[in-house]
Amino acid sequence: MAQTQPRRAAAADAVPLITRDQAKELADHIITLSQADQTRVNIVSEWSGNTRFADASITTSGGITDTTVTITVTLGRRRASATSNVLDEASLKRTVDLAIRLARLAPEDPELMPELGPQTYSAVNAYVSSTADLDPETRASAVQRAVNAATASGKPAGAVFSAGFLEATARATAVATSNGLFAYHRSTDAEFSMTARTPDGTGSGWASAGARDWGAIDPAAIGRIAAQKAVASRNPQTIEPGMYTAVLEPQAVTDLVPLLAGAFNARNADEGRSPFSKTGGSNRIGEKVVDERVTLYSDPTDPALLAEPFDNQGLPINRTLWIEKGILRNLAYSRFWAQKQGKQPTAPPLAGGLTLAGGSKSTEELIAGCERGILVTHFFYIRALDPRTVLQTGLTRDGAFLIEQGKVTRALKNFRWNESPLLMLNRLEEIGKPEPTTAGRMMPALRIRGFNFTSLSDAV
Amino acid sequence: MQPTRRDFLKTTAATAASLAAAGPLSLDPAAQTLEAPGPSRAALDVANEALNAARSAGASYADVRVGRYRRQTISTRERQITGVNDGESYGLGVRTLVEGCWGFAATSTMTRAAARTAALDAIAMSRAARAVQKHRVELAPVPRVTGNWITPVRRDPLEVPIEDKIALLLATNEAALKVKNVRFASSSLQLLREVKTLLTSEGTSVTQTLIRVGPSFSVTAIDGGDFQTFEEELAPRGLGWEYVESLNMPGNAERWASMAAEKLTARSVEAGQYDVILEPTNLWLTIHESIGHPTELDRAIGQEANYAGTSFVAPPEKVIGQLRYGPPIMNVQADRTQEGSLSRVAWDDEGVAADKWLLIEKGVFKDYQTTREQVARIQKLTGVTRSHGCSFAESWNAVQFQRMPNVSLLPGPNDIGVDDIVKDTTRGVLIRNRGSWSIDHQRYNFQFSGQAFYEVRSGKITGMLKDVAYQANTPVFWSSMDLIGGPSSYWLGGAFTDGKGEPSQSNSVSHGCVPARFRNVTILNTARSA
Repeated sequence: MAQTQPRRAAAADAVPLITRDQAKELADHIITLSQADQTRVNIVSEWSGNTRFADASITTSGGITDTTVTITVTLGRRRASATSNVLDEASLKRTVDLAIRLARLAPEDPELMPELGPQTYSAVNAYVSSTADLDPETRASAVQRAVNAATASGKPAGAVFSAGFLEATARATAVATSNGLFAYHRSTDAEFSMTARTPDGTGSGWASAGARDWGAIDPAAIGRIAAQKAVASRNPQTIEPGMYTAVLEPQAVTDLVPLLAGAFNARNADEGRSPFSKTGGSNRIGEKVVDERVTLYSDPTDPALLAEPFDNQGLPINRTLWIEKGILRNLAYSRFWAQKQGKQPTAPPLAGGLTLAGGSKSTEELIAGCERGILVTHFFYIRALDPRTVLQTGLTRDGAFLIEQGKVTRALKNFRWNESPLLMLNRLEEIGKPEPTTAGRMMPALRIRGFNFTSLSDAV
Repeated sequence: MQPTRRDFLKTTAATAASLAAAGPLSLDPAAQTLEAPGPSRAALDVANEALNAARSAGASYADVRVGRYRRQTISTRERQITGVNDGESYGLGVRTLVEGCWGFAATSTMTRAAARTAALDAIAMSRAARAVQKHRVELAPVPRVTGNWITPVRRDPLEVPIEDKIALLLATNEAALKVKNVRFASSSLQLLREVKTLLTSEGTSVTQTLIRVGPSFSVTAIDGGDFQTFEEELAPRGLGWEYVESLNMPGNAERWASMAAEKLTARSVEAGQYDVILEPTNLWLTIHESIGHPTELDRAIGQEANYAGTSFVAPPEKVIGQLRYGPPIMNVQADRTQEGSLSRVAWDDEGVAADKWLLIEKGVFKDYQTTREQVARIQKLTGVTRSHGCSFAESWNAVQFQRMPNVSLLPGPNDIGVDDIVKDTTRGVLIRNRGSWSIDHQRYNFQFSGQAFYEVRSGKITGMLKDVAYQANTPVFWSSMDLIGGPSSYWLGGAFTDGKGEPSQSNSVSHGCVPARFRNVTILNTARSA
């Protein structure tokens, strides 16, 4: 798609992200200031530019630059940290001293692990200058294109109301330890989402896109889809709540499946606090936990994910298969728990991006294969109900539609549902082709049997 | 008929008096021992630089906030510390208005040059926004003000030695672990001191020091294949260390922990329609979600449509003075002056003095929460020509926008408590503390849970239940409220972090209420076997 040539934002010019060399120098300097047994420095340097709009007007627009340093010190088995964004010499000294003072007061931690030494990381290029350079004029122009597209596509319903948000972020993170570890990573992230509402108040549609590269985002397409959904969702009708086959669009799957992440905590599983716990104190690794067509993995180097290749301790994040063909393959082990259980430490699932691998079918093909069911655009206000089953509650939003004999036939009122992403993956009818839904997520559409829609919502 | 401004003030004052009589919240005003600091010279220096740069570059209005935030968190589990962090964040945010368009820029580089650059960046954003402008921002007038204010506290929680805090948390966990089957106990403290100076191009200059404390406690009991968790509702408050001490966490932990153990033996609820009695420790959050958010004017006019959602309390011309929210015993007050509350301030982030007003009077919706730019939207309907002072930013690096004040259900005239309500109930479920919560984007359909549930039969509590959630439609739910507690049963809950806006910002807000009964509410059983 055509983009106007972006110019570097003034804010980014004035305070660029911290470079690898600058981060190394700052971290080394802080480590020399510290008299602690061990010291870790975490640096986050960030620029973001955003534009928010509603009712065909930009309502706020902002540009923010900030660099924060967290200093974690260890004295014997005592550890504490202090954070500051005031980086002059006196403040750095004060922050180091504060961390040391806090650590002295902290009781000994029997689970404390020493800071890591040098590590090897995968190379991940997640920084795209078209995102880091996105200036206010380019953002305003993108908003205008999205609003224009929504206005045109929404015409059958009259003058649609549109509201949305565009944000570009550029971030550099670094980790250094007094044991010789140094890690540095830069990334960008562009997100654009938009809601269109019909003037009669009965229809609402939404679309969004997110990517490391602003150039991969098409604002006009987002405006068009949001308005088309709004027009199609007018005059929703009521059907009895109950168990229905559901076709979840990739955004709806993105809302739900990553909620499994917490359940992959090995310690919780081993301690009897997880759906992956086994009676008697172990876990269900090696057991079939969902449909055999389900494979779920993290991989920061995957070009579709491009996630940070280390965690905040500097532990490398590598490709991890969580579920392979329905079988639980890995759980996330903290360094302490890994040592205790004789395992390799593994960062939690969301850190290295998340892909639900799937088939080759499009959302339309999943709809075409559905005799009777409900098509869901996305979900809202999801909250956990029961950690034993990862049961959640939430609502459908911005377009729920009845599918009859392979076709979308009418708009439905929104539903509240109570459903578990884990149990749901045992009732899989069909899995679509994964697509990028937001930076670091690849999710397919899913067709789920017996999705539990529990009550109606009047919300449009 | 539309209410006049005079009626409005009269009712507000009358209801406020009944709240003041509630009593148990009050700390002696003389207890305040800390003096409100004024602005630092450095803060004034950079703020003035930014303000002058914005004015010279063509801003018709500009404001600058310099904020210094100190946040300390201490978390523990069982006999160990899981985290001690002390964070400081310092910076400047400048907001500009050019031809009715907002721009905002923020920097953590606290030099005159960086402040000037931030002001020019904000101006550039204002100018860029002119390309997409249907509505021109107009600000309601506000008197120029200068002054300093500090949250009244006896003891600044950040000045309390860290070992006292750690000792308190570990003693709390230790007491909890004495209870049979209780295997895990965690507790934490979140302590905040925020110093912010606001300068506006209209001559306002105020410096406020806000202090907040947020304790938490949670236990898990395990027996056989089941595990149950109980979280005590330790309300965060705009108070000092004296409040944390008053909770006596170590002294109460064993009792709280026994709730988790007892839940292991509780009967799973039979789904159906029940009269539901909500204790204030549960009801505050229902008020937050089903009254606090829907009465935000930015939601009602669509400005949150892409994120938090819109509101069923809309459009303003059809609901102000007309929408029946609940029964005549229902009076809901917004208040930024309430003692001990999280959103208590002297001025908002536009320099508007703290206000107190009724959102719902005798069950009828009266007014929204507003900022300066929102006043013109509804002033003909409400007769209110001032901002209610609801403009807030979570930090120096975020733009201020409409945020919720304390929103509270006022006590009923008869001084009854939860025991009296139980006695009056034939078949019901009593719910204590907040559990899971979820509500739709127009605030109709909600589902809330709790931490402890009791069966009520013929005026008596007959046993503990588990797996309970109540689900309802907001107007139907509030209309079914038929019995509420009196002044002595009033309690102030709250949320340290409430999200809204894009980019999402966090706000701290309290909600006071009394226990209340709701007739024929749907109770769900949330248990499902894996």
